[in-house]
Amino acid sequence: MTYLLTPEHEELRAMVRDLAEERIAPRAAEIDEKQEFPWDLKELLAKQDLLGTCFDERHGGTNLDTIGQSIVAEEIARVDATTSLIPIVQKLGALPIILAGTDAQKDRYFPRLASGEWLAAFALTEAAAGSDVASNRMRATRDGDDYVLNGSKRFITHGSVANVLTVFALTDPEAGGRRGMSAFIVEADTPGFAAPRVEHKMGIRGSPTAELTFDDVRVPVANRLGQDGEGFRIAMETLDRSRLSIAAQAVGIAQGALDASVAYAADRQQFGQRVVDFEGIQFMLADMASQTEAARQLTYAAAARVDVGASDLPYWTSSAKLVAGDTAMKVTTDAVQVLGGYGYITEYPVERMMRDAKITQLYEGTQQIQRLIVARQLLQRAGVAKRG
Amino acid sequence: MKIVVCIKQVPATGVDKRYTDDLTLDRTSVDAIINPLDEYAIEQALRLADAGTADSVTYLSMGPDQAAEALRRALAMGGDDAVLVTDRALAGADEWATAKVLAAALDKLAPDVALMGMASDDARGSLVPGAVAAMRDVPLLSYGSELAIDGTTARVRRLSATGFDWISAALPVVATVTDQVGEPRYASLKGIMAAKRKPLETWALADLGISADELKGAALTRVTDARPPEEKAPTERIENLPAAEAATKIADWLAARKLI
Repeated sequence: MTYLLTPEHEELRAMVRDLAEERIAPRAAEIDEKQEFPWDLKELLAKQDLLGTCFDERHGGTNLDTIGQSIVAEEIARVDATTSLIPIVQKLGALPIILAGTDAQKDRYFPRLASGEWLAAFALTEAAAGSDVASNRMRATRDGDDYVLNGSKRFITHGSVANVLTVFALTDPEAGGRRGMSAFIVEADTPGFAAPRVEHKMGIRGSPTAELTFDDVRVPVANRLGQDGEGFRIAMETLDRSRLSIAAQAVGIAQGALDASVAYAADRQQFGQRVVDFEGIQFMLADMASQTEAARQLTYAAAARVDVGASDLPYWTSSAKLVAGDTAMKVTTDAVQVLGGYGYITEYPVERMMRDAKITQLYEGTQQIQRLIVARQLLQRAGVAKRG
Repeated sequence: MKIVVCIKQVPATGVDKRYTDDLTLDRTSVDAIINPLDEYAIEQALRLADAGTADSVTYLSMGPDQAAEALRRALAMGGDDAVLVTDRALAGADEWATAKVLAAALDKLAPDVALMGMASDDARGSLVPGAVAAMRDVPLLSYGSELAIDGTTARVRRLSATGFDWISAALPVVATVTDQVGEPRYASLKGIMAAKRKPLETWALADLGISADELKGAALTRVTDARPPEEKAPTERIENLPAAEAATKIADWLAARKLI
């Protein structure tokens, strides 16, 4: 299939870039240093309609195509990875409802999420269940018209600032995680729900990564997503799409580091000439630029496949996240090298970008999990997949 | 109360600009933006619309076909509709010809307030607002840090040597505002999407009843030379030093040039 960047995409990019450079970039270092969630930028993004890009117009969203949503994440991440997570996690938290929600559930939650009045989060990971999602232990026990949720979650992005969370818990522990897990919509003000602790992190430090506790949290049956036992499938279908946002974020981080490198090398004088005039630096910049562009185009190619519901979607989104995440890590590491000693200190943004880049190799499936997904799809295509 | 904001599409700020053989700016080689000072006029008009003082905001621009992009960007910020006056006979138009065309278009649009930025970022003539007011025989309220409309009167607040003056005139007026009116808003995503559906008309000179002869080749003035500014000597930087050491270096530098 083909994909096309339209004049509308470029217009969107110009709009988000202006906003990012003028309003977000000046805040990035402070957000990182203070580890504070940027509520002011959340309000700004909401006002510019950038938190509602994945929602239908009837719910107050703008219903951008997936390339458009990628451009939004990319352009914000180019100046600040933390802030790019605000639209990214809004979509991640809402995707289980988009994929499996009833009209009543969508009508109840989407208007407040599309306007940015409410934030969403996705609560799947547990302390002992990271890549091995099926080993989840949190319980949901049916009691009349309610489910009663007990247990805890860990590493939940925006878990402490979200107003509504999509939460995964075992309704049939005997059947195990794959067949016995169900998905629920939980409002953060429900009694028994708490976010007692946030992690102290290497990167994306303004984005709170929370531990969540559920102590007899009563959730009405009307807030179950899909049927009992469909939680694992809903989680996987969510991640097959959401990890593309991380690819876009990674592309943005890489582009930001590249731009900072070119600007610095053109300004810095050593041995009587601009550093950028040394071929050794030019070779590095050329590699950084072409690798970033390759990751970007793979991300858009995958985005186009999300919109047509391609049957081999996981192949594309996992490939994109794998390539873009590794590219972000490499390009930001090289950016620190181009800036030399200045790259290693907080006066310039590239050390922050390098710390931020690392998370794109870890969350929404580690790079190793992406490789397993790509390989599984590859073997299926070739008809040599292991049976059973 | 109807406002028409006159906007100009100019080359992006801070990029290398080239001239064509006839000494006009090569507009195909650079990105174009709304003249940044015009964005303040847009913001002022939209604030009056938000407050319910203005019933409609129309944008007017004279320029090549691609100036429609600037009008769409303005419409994405807000406002109702736009008019682009474009005609081959207008190539190379100077301030006089521009004012003549805008005045004729404003006669047709008949606004209560024709609002403009205080200068353009490229030519910086600052002659057009005054010329338009004179040609239309309406008052000019210039360099307002704020524009207020009260019934049939418009007032601008203008900074003066001793404080500020309020200058008022009966509508209709031509008014210009400075960058003190407040930061221009960003277009929202919904604004961008809505702008595509807002009316944008294109007028030629004939629609304004102006003949090409009347425009005298679109200019009374002629550019005789154009060249980029001379390159400055490289900046010497004194940085990453303790304050006392840096101060000594700066003092030595000034002393060596007999400046202190």
